[in-house]
Amino acid sequence: MTGAAAAGSPVDGFLATASIVLSLVLALWSLVSAVRNRPPDRWQLIGLGVLELALLALAVVALVALAGGERPGEPGAFFGYLVTLVCLPPLAAVLARMEPTRWGSGIVCAVCLVTPVVVVRLQQTWEVLGG
Amino acid sequence: MVDTAETAAPRRTTNRGPGRLLIAVYILFAIAATSRAALQIATKFDEAPVAYSLSAVAALIYIVAAAGLARAGHAGRRLALACCSVELVGVLAVGVLSLADKALFPDETVWSQFGSGYGYVPLVLPVLGLAWLWRTRDASR
Repeated sequence: MTGAAAAGSPVDGFLATASIVLSLVLALWSLVSAVRNRPPDRWQLIGLGVLELALLALAVVALVALAGGERPGEPGAFFGYLVTLVCLPPLAAVLARMEPTRWGSGIVCAVCLVTPVVVVRLQQTWEVLGG
Repeated sequence: MVDTAETAAPRRTTNRGPGRLLIAVYILFAIAATSRAALQIATKFDEAPVAYSLSAVAALIYIVAAAGLARAGHAGRRLALACCSVELVGVLAVGVLSLADKALFPDETVWSQFGSGYGYVPLVLPVLGLAWLWRTRDASR
């Protein structure tokens, strides 16, 4: 029953775009911090928190669509990416707190560069067959 | 800054500073490779047994390398050294093989085409790992 889903994928809207943009801004910010030899600051942690909220909202939207009968093109991969995605910002925060040096900022940067890739992969695994 | 020694060995540990960033990237690759391999083996192992077995091996190596670097100490370093070496040899060998004989790897693995599907990070990672092990060893002399 994927015909009805052609109009819009639940993971391809404002939330996904906002997550990607926020993540990239955060990556740039933490890169600047790392280059300036600064440990992760309050803004990086707040940014990770906001990013996590956006990703959780994205996950809820996806789950609501699933409850409504829509199905991703590759269900296994889709759930894998979804679970991984919401774990990324907490992982970055925990590791960054453990490393209060410039390298902690580097960790935030690395994770924030990976997050947009996972969002895009999430979108691709939804659309493979459904679109 | 003087660190309180966590390990008996006086050498610099591998799980601080740049090492922690390296561990973070290893964790990311461990997650990526493990979930991908698990999915491939669970759903379509027969299509490309060699490629998918290799994905699983690569996943295991990323996990052990991250653990080795994180544990630091003698055993951890030896583990990390072994993993980074196998990883480097693996990514180079699979890179060459996947270009020379496409039939052997009908589906992508982490190491196909020198890891191009992952922004060549799989190729750079073991080099950085070995360099980091070398640097922390030198610092203790």
